[in-house]
Amino acid sequence: MKKLLLKREFGIFVLLLVLCIVVAALNPKFLGAANLQNIGRLIGMYGIFSIGIGLVIMTGGIDLSIGSMVALLGVELAMLLPHLAWPLAVLAVLGTAVVLGGLHGLLITRLGLQPFIVTLCGLLFYRGIARFIANDETKGFGDARGFELLQNLATGRVLGVPMPLILLLIVAAVMWVVLHRSVYGRYLFAVGRNEEAARYSGINTRRMIASTYVLSGAFAGVSSILLAFYTNSISPSSHGNFYELYGIAAAVLGGCSLVGGEGSIFGIVIGTALLQVLQNLVNLLGIPSSLNFAVMGAVILIGVVADRLLKNR
Amino acid sequence: MIRSKGALLELQAVSKRFAGVVALSDVALEIHPGEIVALIGENGAGKSTLMKILGGVHQPTEGVILVDGKQSAIRSVNDALGFGIGFIHQELNVLDNVDVAGNIFLGREPVWGGPLRLIDEGKIHREAKKYLDRLGMRIPTGALLRDLPIAYQQMVEIAKALSLNTRILLMDEPTSSLTLSETERLLSLTKELRASGVSIIYISHRLSEVKEIADRVVALRDGRNAGGLSREEISHDAMVKLMVGRDLAYRQPQPAKETRPRLEIRGLRTQRYPKQEISFDIRAGEIVGFAGLVGAGRTEAAQAIFGADKPVAGTIRIDGQDLKITSPLDAIAHGIYLIPEDRRKTGLITSMPIRENTTLASMERYSTGGLIQFGAERTASERYCKEFRVKCSSIEQPVKNLSGGNQQKVILAKWLSLAPRLLIFDEPTRGIDVGAKAEIYDLMRKLAESGVAILMISSDMEEVLGESQRVVVMHEGAIAGSLDREHCTEQAIMNLAVGHHAQV
Repeated sequence: MKKLLLKREFGIFVLLLVLCIVVAALNPKFLGAANLQNIGRLIGMYGIFSIGIGLVIMTGGIDLSIGSMVALLGVELAMLLPHLAWPLAVLAVLGTAVVLGGLHGLLITRLGLQPFIVTLCGLLFYRGIARFIANDETKGFGDARGFELLQNLATGRVLGVPMPLILLLIVAAVMWVVLHRSVYGRYLFAVGRNEEAARYSGINTRRMIASTYVLSGAFAGVSSILLAFYTNSISPSSHGNFYELYGIAAAVLGGCSLVGGEGSIFGIVIGTALLQVLQNLVNLLGIPSSLNFAVMGAVILIGVVADRLLKNR
Repeated sequence: MIRSKGALLELQAVSKRFAGVVALSDVALEIHPGEIVALIGENGAGKSTLMKILGGVHQPTEGVILVDGKQSAIRSVNDALGFGIGFIHQELNVLDNVDVAGNIFLGREPVWGGPLRLIDEGKIHREAKKYLDRLGMRIPTGALLRDLPIAYQQMVEIAKALSLNTRILLMDEPTSSLTLSETERLLSLTKELRASGVSIIYISHRLSEVKEIADRVVALRDGRNAGGLSREEISHDAMVKLMVGRDLAYRQPQPAKETRPRLEIRGLRTQRYPKQEISFDIRAGEIVGFAGLVGAGRTEAAQAIFGADKPVAGTIRIDGQDLKITSPLDAIAHGIYLIPEDRRKTGLITSMPIRENTTLASMERYSTGGLIQFGAERTASERYCKEFRVKCSSIEQPVKNLSGGNQQKVILAKWLSLAPRLLIFDEPTRGIDVGAKAEIYDLMRKLAESGVAILMISSDMEEVLGESQRVVVMHEGAIAGSLDREHCTEQAIMNLAVGHHAQV
């Protein structure tokens, strides 16, 4: 029990509950069905790519390219859907995501480039390409037909629960097993904690590291489809801006260490939820929306400082 | 104690203990102006500790240091510099992204511009050139250190020491990374420094260098004075005798029964010594001691066999089968396991529990369809802990909380759950207490009896002589020789290790 209380995930979970209670007390609208559904949808969409970024961070890497990737993949989806059957368009989007992630992985593990640099170049490159292929015009789905099922999968609800949240729960459940119950997960933590010792134990460390970038890309692909239908119009210069930072913040809040070797799926999901509740709080409590980022930054800082002080005690 | 007049520096009855371990005991040393004193001894004899005391890095636990006949305390590196004691470390201490002049005057840059404290570029280069000229060095003072060969970087360090008005220069294995001609140059420079009145304490394992330049030899053995030699008395044999000097009683290990070679290494060239070819065999069930001085290339050879470092060339054959080893993964697949020297860096994942460390290399046994069978893993880990007598509160304890000996046992458990054909131990008992040492030797012998080939890298002479059935000695990247049980003496190993091919 004592061990549980000391875990970062638990502290952040308590913080989330307290925040929810405070906001609900100040503005009962917080608990309204429409508001909860909207938060749930956002948690779902952000949570999926945050899990991907979290995996990368657990190996001691970083993925800065996600926001631009979401924009590029959104543009790709919007441009393909009028011409292709939707399953093929989805496959193309996910395929692009996996290939780009794999490319990051190869550059990092084969050429020994720093993850920060590789994915920073990705951030710049994909944004530029997205704007170029879209002619810098906002892309939408207009009145094109034939992919209602996909639209429903991305934006619908089951028993009142938004689809993105259901998808997140499925992804989180699968990744929980993978990370905390499988050999892959064991190796991932081993590589994150001590890459050399892992290599000396016969683990293919390069393949392990590269695989997390592939997963990060793939999850960004899934999120990008959900986000495209959520916004319903993709402005290539702003769509997905800063999303990589939401992912990194969620992972760090949820107990991942940027040095690697630490973290959990539960923590990342809670971290994502916390960020979304904070955004919601700014709206509901009438705080000027220009302070949005300031509130988020302050709360993350307080969380991390509190965690450090508690640990040092 | 006799006080000789005019000693620049004198140590009387200096002792140093680290957490109960005696590194130096009752050591005396005296340095006179303008002489080169060579300090010799085996690995771990206390040479470096003594140098660090003189350089202000360590404080003696007991004893007196006299500088110019006055009792003095050298409490820091700055104190040492103040007394005119300069230290050239074995590992160079230069900033490779800064130029020559900047390195010489690091922290003492001539400045101008009042509060702006701008570096006086003209002056710093003029002054630097002065010291380089004194060393007969013709290199541009604006060259970045990383663009210079190691030998020149070392000269820059010496120039820096001179600029600090050094009267006593401590040189710890200054030639260990120099080529032959660079070494020649350094030796003649050392002599020039002596002629200009600087005294030098010179540590080297290379006895031919010592013979060439030393005015006097002081030997340390097990942290104590082991005697000295005057200029006329210096010879290879006399020095080796001083360094070794003791008699050991060993048990004779059983000779290996098998005769077929388990491991055959042919023409192996490592990245550290790409020009030297290594070839040797190990029979199944044989314990081969791998002796040599620190830096002789033994670890590099082991890393190459294990696939941790890519060899430049060479073939590795096990049980007659040619292997292509490009990563530890390949080596492990063929039953070649390494128990590395640096347990915390490469042997274990110290923040993970014992359980996860013992099974890390054999996860496929404790999983089905990629999912871990935690029950089976726990049972196996508990069994190994019991079998190897790992002292722990539970298998969930992180290995960083274990003692060195118990950590070593966890690494052994990791490999022995697989089927080893060749085990490479790199300094198997370094930092391990006597009790655990005996257990590890016992295990090693049992493994050999069960047919495992063992390559044991060790700098501990007692260990090499006590545990090996055969000893292969390396010297500067090459195999200097191989000694059978009956020819294996400390003296013979030492002779080969210092590159002095004795008749055996």
